[in-house]
Amino acid sequence: MDLDVADLSRLQFALTIMFHYLFPPLTIGLGVLLVVMEGMYLKTKDSHYEMLARFWTKIFAVNFAVGTASGIVMEFQFGTNWAVYSRYVGDVFGSALAAEGIFAFFLESGFLAVLVFGWDKVSPKMHFFSTVMVALGSLFSAVWIVIANSWQQTPGAVNETFRIANGRAEILDFWKVVFSASSMQRLTHVLLGAFIMGAFFVMSVMAYYILKDRFVELAKKCFIIALLFGTVSSVGILASGDFQARKVAQTQPPKLAAFEGVFRTERATPMYLFGVPDAEAQRVKYGVALPGMLSFLVHHDFETPVTGLDRTPVADRPPVGITFQSYHIMVALGMFFIALTLAGLYCHWRGTLYRKRWLLWTFVVAVVAPVAANQLGWVAAEVGRQPWVVYGLLRTRDAVSRSITAGQVWGSIAMFCVLYGLLFFVWLYVMDHKIRRGPEADLTMPEKTTAAGVLEAAGRLADKGGPSMTEARDGE
Amino acid sequence: MDLNTVWFVLLGILLAGYAILDGFDLGVGTVYLTVKKDDERRILLNSIGPLWDGNEVWLVTFGGALFAAFPNAYASIFSGFYSAFMLVLAALIVRAVSIEFRSKHEGRMWRAFWDTLFSVASIVATFVFGVAVGNCIWGLPIGADGELSASLFSLLHPYPVLVGLLTVAGVAMHGSIYLYLKTEGELQQRIHNWIWTSFGIFLVLYLLTTIFTLVKIPRAIQNFDRAPWAWTIVVANMLAIANIPRAISLKRPFYAFLSSCATIAALIVLFGAALFPNIVVASGNPAHSLTIYDAASSQKTLGIMLLVAIIGMPFVLAYTAVIYWTFRGKVQVGRLTY
Repeated sequence: MDLDVADLSRLQFALTIMFHYLFPPLTIGLGVLLVVMEGMYLKTKDSHYEMLARFWTKIFAVNFAVGTASGIVMEFQFGTNWAVYSRYVGDVFGSALAAEGIFAFFLESGFLAVLVFGWDKVSPKMHFFSTVMVALGSLFSAVWIVIANSWQQTPGAVNETFRIANGRAEILDFWKVVFSASSMQRLTHVLLGAFIMGAFFVMSVMAYYILKDRFVELAKKCFIIALLFGTVSSVGILASGDFQARKVAQTQPPKLAAFEGVFRTERATPMYLFGVPDAEAQRVKYGVALPGMLSFLVHHDFETPVTGLDRTPVADRPPVGITFQSYHIMVALGMFFIALTLAGLYCHWRGTLYRKRWLLWTFVVAVVAPVAANQLGWVAAEVGRQPWVVYGLLRTRDAVSRSITAGQVWGSIAMFCVLYGLLFFVWLYVMDHKIRRGPEADLTMPEKTTAAGVLEAAGRLADKGGPSMTEARDGE
Repeated sequence: MDLNTVWFVLLGILLAGYAILDGFDLGVGTVYLTVKKDDERRILLNSIGPLWDGNEVWLVTFGGALFAAFPNAYASIFSGFYSAFMLVLAALIVRAVSIEFRSKHEGRMWRAFWDTLFSVASIVATFVFGVAVGNCIWGLPIGADGELSASLFSLLHPYPVLVGLLTVAGVAMHGSIYLYLKTEGELQQRIHNWIWTSFGIFLVLYLLTTIFTLVKIPRAIQNFDRAPWAWTIVVANMLAIANIPRAISLKRPFYAFLSSCATIAALIVLFGAALFPNIVVASGNPAHSLTIYDAASSQKTLGIMLLVAIIGMPFVLAYTAVIYWTFRGKVQVGRLTY
């Protein structure tokens, strides 16, 4: 197969964005839980919550560092590989990007230093304030990037939201870009997906401690917080997904048709529970379908037809196979989250949760499910938008940089594979190390305080040993 | 001043913020391998531990602002310098990984490996930034279609290489002064010597670069005819440079650090003055240059972004100051560290 610059750039983008997106959902979800845990500590003065807050702060910091390192790549890549796209969308994205940089990134990374290294340097209230700021910062970063991406999905009306001038899209109404047809539904969905990720990650680690009979009392307190958060988010995301799918049916009919494998527009459109769509034969093979169900979900009646791919010119149809499967697996995982969290709550109510080892083990391994669901949701959203990069306006193939060669992109793909392999290994290693060590190690830390000189401007003050992003307060 | 000029200036401020802040932690990486003892290396790492991540955000924001304010320039430069930017990305990632990884094991080979990677990545990133600045002043092979294509090696002709070396030396000096503030005792004495060494190299390269620029690139000072006040920046730059050895001799390292910050800021202003009103200077036909008007987003976008910056920047500066204040002071190696 002969891959050209556009194919290779897409491959590279997929590789780098999927790697990057392992981390933001985790930090967004963990951020909210950090606020809860530290808030509980301030309220109850229960030292368990303090230990939990400190432990999860360290985990958060590692993920944040890897997220930043892989995030810089994303920002550079718009320019390096997608120069035509950058020129086309720069004017519309400009405001969202500026807001993201100034309101989200600085907030997050600045206060993170206080969060990680400031336990003994600032008051508990100031520390809690920093935690809230970091959590808000990571929420904001999702807000602006989803707004930018949503404009690409549903650009809105020409000469109302934006206009085409000087060979590019130019913004006319900032608020119409912010509240584009899809932005708020998509943002809700992305954030709930991140909350589920955070909740399942925390539950996984805590269930592991309970099974291994370590930190049991503390782990139970933490587990129940995450379980409640995970249950609410899992149920919420079902509703949000329903809203969003109906919006897609309205604004991007070929995309919904690809999600659901609707090749022909027909009355009482069936919904496939699973199957293998065959684009050549124009039908779904080996499928099990509920007759009329898709019509019902989209139009709330069993008869009205759902627009199929036959209404879209062949050149403008998205690839059906990948879109269908990622969407279906995501939905199935969503159902699994609801089932598992409700089962957990039920057993907790019956008082049997912590005795059901098989259920706890399920929670331990279930952490991979939200990783997959978050990734696949984006695959469905982005592959389903093809062949457009800006829906109906700019084709992905036309958006690629003109001055780069396939050889250069091969080179950078190889480089990213090596670096991300390394980065992933580091991440696993550090996570493993911290989780094995567990939360309690912190409280045995001696305070090493040394009288020392300081910046002349600061006068002479006592100061404690400096730390690293991931190692603060760890022993050797 | 129109919005395009305002954004040109704001980009300069973001770039100066990045160069000053990440400059000292890249500088710590540059001189890192001259320290041999493990404990001392850890002091060096701990001095930048809480700060380097936040410092890199300035680069992210600079990149984002360039994309947003001047998308044509962003697209041309980033795609034209493809390999160079990939090299910078690799260096920044390797650097982040090695900072976090080196102290996870005791082994000597292990630590030597990550230490070397950390230092080399810091130097490579700094050098490529300098080379990029040198090429921007020299001019780029940009065509009428706004596309430019430059292989990694075609960027390495004498002038950019000189600017690259100047950047490495300047950053090494800046980082050494920072370390002088953050350390004590015998280590501080040795750092004192590096300040003199790196200052000497910086001074020689600074003079060479200045002469080279004046002789070979008269365009770089064209703006000075129209705006004679710009000469005060040149004078301020020289005074700031001269104040570094003075402050060090007087044992006032904090003033030396401020002077070093001022030197970097002045050099960025001169860089901006050399480009203005272009943002990408063509090495061939001057008509192909991208000015801050050709390359910019619409007035509407520049206006909204300015509003965002006016609302947001005071907060950013305020809490950046608070965070630096929180982490002021000397660094020790405790059990809590790298």
